[in-house]
Amino acid sequence: MIVVAVHTPSRLGRWLVSGPPLAYLIVFFALPSLIMVLASFRTPGEFGGLAPLIEEGKLDLNLESYARFFSESVYAQIFLKSFGYALLTTLFCLTLAYPLASLIARSSRRYRDLLLLLVVLPFWSNFLIRIYAWMILLGPNAALARTVNRVLAWFGHDPVPLLFSAFAVLVCLVYVHLPFMVLPLYANLEKHDQALLDAAQDLGANAWQRFWRITFPLSLPGVYAGAALVFIPAFGIFAIPDILGGPEDSLIGNVIKQQFLETRDWPFGSVLSIVLTVVALAFAGLAAWVARGNLRTPSSARGSRA
Amino acid sequence: MRRRRRVVLWAAALAGYAFLYVPLIIVVAYSFNNSRLNAEWVGFTLEWYDKLFHDQDMLIAASNSLAIALVASIISTLLGTAAGVAMYRYPSRLLSVLVLAPIAIPEILMGVSLLIFFVLLNLTLGLVSVALAHIAFCIGFVAIVVRARLAGMDETLTEAARDCGASPWNTFRYITLPLIMPGVIAGALMAFTLSIDDFVITFFTAGAGTVTLPLQIYSMIKIAVTPEVNAVSTLLMLLTLALIIIASKLSPTLLRSE
Repeated sequence: MIVVAVHTPSRLGRWLVSGPPLAYLIVFFALPSLIMVLASFRTPGEFGGLAPLIEEGKLDLNLESYARFFSESVYAQIFLKSFGYALLTTLFCLTLAYPLASLIARSSRRYRDLLLLLVVLPFWSNFLIRIYAWMILLGPNAALARTVNRVLAWFGHDPVPLLFSAFAVLVCLVYVHLPFMVLPLYANLEKHDQALLDAAQDLGANAWQRFWRITFPLSLPGVYAGAALVFIPAFGIFAIPDILGGPEDSLIGNVIKQQFLETRDWPFGSVLSIVLTVVALAFAGLAAWVARGNLRTPSSARGSRA
Repeated sequence: MRRRRRVVLWAAALAGYAFLYVPLIIVVAYSFNNSRLNAEWVGFTLEWYDKLFHDQDMLIAASNSLAIALVASIISTLLGTAAGVAMYRYPSRLLSVLVLAPIAIPEILMGVSLLIFFVLLNLTLGLVSVALAHIAFCIGFVAIVVRARLAGMDETLTEAARDCGASPWNTFRYITLPLIMPGVIAGALMAFTLSIDDFVITFFTAGAGTVTLPLQIYSMIKIAVTPEVNAVSTLLMLLTLALIIIASKLSPTLLRSE
């Protein structure tokens, strides 16, 4: 039962409303996350999973999985590679999202919602279907691969496969995450004051200068928000390299999946998951921190105009 | 000068929309293609849909997905509505963090931590574990929509009801709930869509014996690309797009960035 106390916010009402969702999320989100952190300090079991917590009177807690992570450089390399893919994805998304977001922000109110809906709709179609679509588009018999290879043949180059390659992984990463960049960018660009651009034009700034010295700096909070929204899920992705990548294109998400479902080394899988979380949150924190520092720019720019 | 810039902008944006839609259009088009190869158009056929409706594995996967989505959306709507109301009326840092964190972190983390949790609890992985996991990540989405709806509500209405002597429950039942209902329904549709579409968290929490539509699609495309996948993809897209369009009509804030 949900009770909302308006006049006298009672303690009972508060607990009746927030209690059930709080309890559910503590049990099915906070507790499992905590258990995963604990699992990272345990020894893997003989048949996968975890070794018994207390064996021969000794508590099984150690740093061996962490030591393994820092001593085998292959894992640091995979992290670095995943970081690179996520960063490239963020940059390409930004490049593609900017014209889209500014067009939507400048279009008349009548079309704005429709144009925005058109950006968001693909996001709501199934994730796997969007990956599968690129399997078709980049497939060896599809028009794209045949055209590319015909052009390469003119230059005497051997045919290259488009599918199961780093290229396929990157294209699909950009495809899947593009809406996350367009939305915050649009939300920011929509608020820009046209008078600033007119003033700059009156003072003789050309289109290029107006963009780089006014529009782009003002849009930075939107850029940082979009960067965080794209980078975090792209960093932890496993389905895209799993389906579209070759054996060389495994990212950290694939290694985590392998640790949990194939090798069944839970402690080491937990270590990798924790490092993934820490790096992702650090990136988001950095984006938020930089954005806060830059938030002063738009207000001071507006202030100096007034 | 100005016109040329507008043309360039439109061309770039049009390329962006083409990038977003051409892949999906090709999936749909080839579901009607009379060829096993997804390579070029041969002729129109409904063969793949016919195959789909006689594919026993696919039908089981579809009924599993629907059952999970129904249960997960109902429970997460109840809990998510409560969470949205609580976040609006009694803001607390703990609740906000717990509601929003599952949305913010990479999905794979929730998948693996719930896998450890369910296995340690000795819960057999299957429909129940998948539904429990789906509820956990859907609560946040419902809560955001409901809170946005409450924030747009006229506060004086509830105050008037209380001044007239209505109990807190009656105020909620007869004033607040009808006003936030479009948001609640939009949240429920969203939760249903998220649940039926989810692949990553389901992949880790379903265990070996249970198959949902996305898991079935995954195992099919890992083996071979056949137009039957296009057919099931087309139907799934139609369903989720219909739900989301209805939801966005009910709650226009769904389209704004959150």
